[in-house]
Amino acid sequence: MLSDFRRSVRNQWVVLALTGELDLGSAPRLHQTVVGEVASGHHHLVIDLSGVDFMDSTGLGSIIGALRRVRSHGGDLLLVCTEQRVLRVFEMCDLDRIFVFHVDVDSAVGTPVRV
Amino acid sequence: MAGIVELHVPALPEYLQMVRSVVGAAASTGANLKPERVADLRLAVSEATTNAMEAHGLSGLEDRVTVRCDLSASRIEVEVADCGPGFDPNSLPSLPDVNSPDRLRHESGLGVSLMHHLTDETIVESHDDGTAVRLIVHFGD
Repeated sequence: MLSDFRRSVRNQWVVLALTGELDLGSAPRLHQTVVGEVASGHHHLVIDLSGVDFMDSTGLGSIIGALRRVRSHGGDLLLVCTEQRVLRVFEMCDLDRIFVFHVDVDSAVGTPVRV
Repeated sequence: MAGIVELHVPALPEYLQMVRSVVGAAASTGANLKPERVADLRLAVSEATTNAMEAHGLSGLEDRVTVRCDLSASRIEVEVADCGPGFDPNSLPSLPDVNSPDRLRHESGLGVSLMHHLTDETIVESHDDGTAVRLIVHFGD
């Protein structure tokens, strides 16, 4: 389960920082949060996975859904992830090629927002 | 060390973490199993248990999911069994190429291939009245 879920806004990016484990128990919470952000007009999201120490394919699925949702509104999704075990799930599913990874939030929010 | 650990857990997501923890602890008692291999097994078990819980949830079943760890001198075998309606493991739909825009329409369907990737052997036996997935990791590899 996710033990913490923080939201902040930096340089026009909405940053969602997750802590804990991203699986069947917590993925619906991420899904609902992203749906809410997009419905509120926030289409440029950063999901900070630095504090996530476990993720399975259900968690990955919620991130795939987030990418699809923001892109369908002309937005973008950036990921912050350095945990090898989490990165490995993206790699094993061959999905590391469609996401943009940053090593920290500063780097991610330094990306210009394309409107 | 050899032995059997068996769990009967409600098909509820909040029990996933406990299943992973117990299997991880059982696997760690195995001879020289590297932490990376234990982590791989935990992930594979999470995939199998998620599928089992979803099978019960979709069918409105209140039965518990069984997770059985059989530890021998040479390997650990984890069996995850459910009472769901089953599926044909040989006709799972393939996913679009990652370069296709349609790939983002698929948020699920990765679990079984991940299990094969993460273990030495993954055996799926599925019938109308349930599915059993056996995840096997050999020690010393």
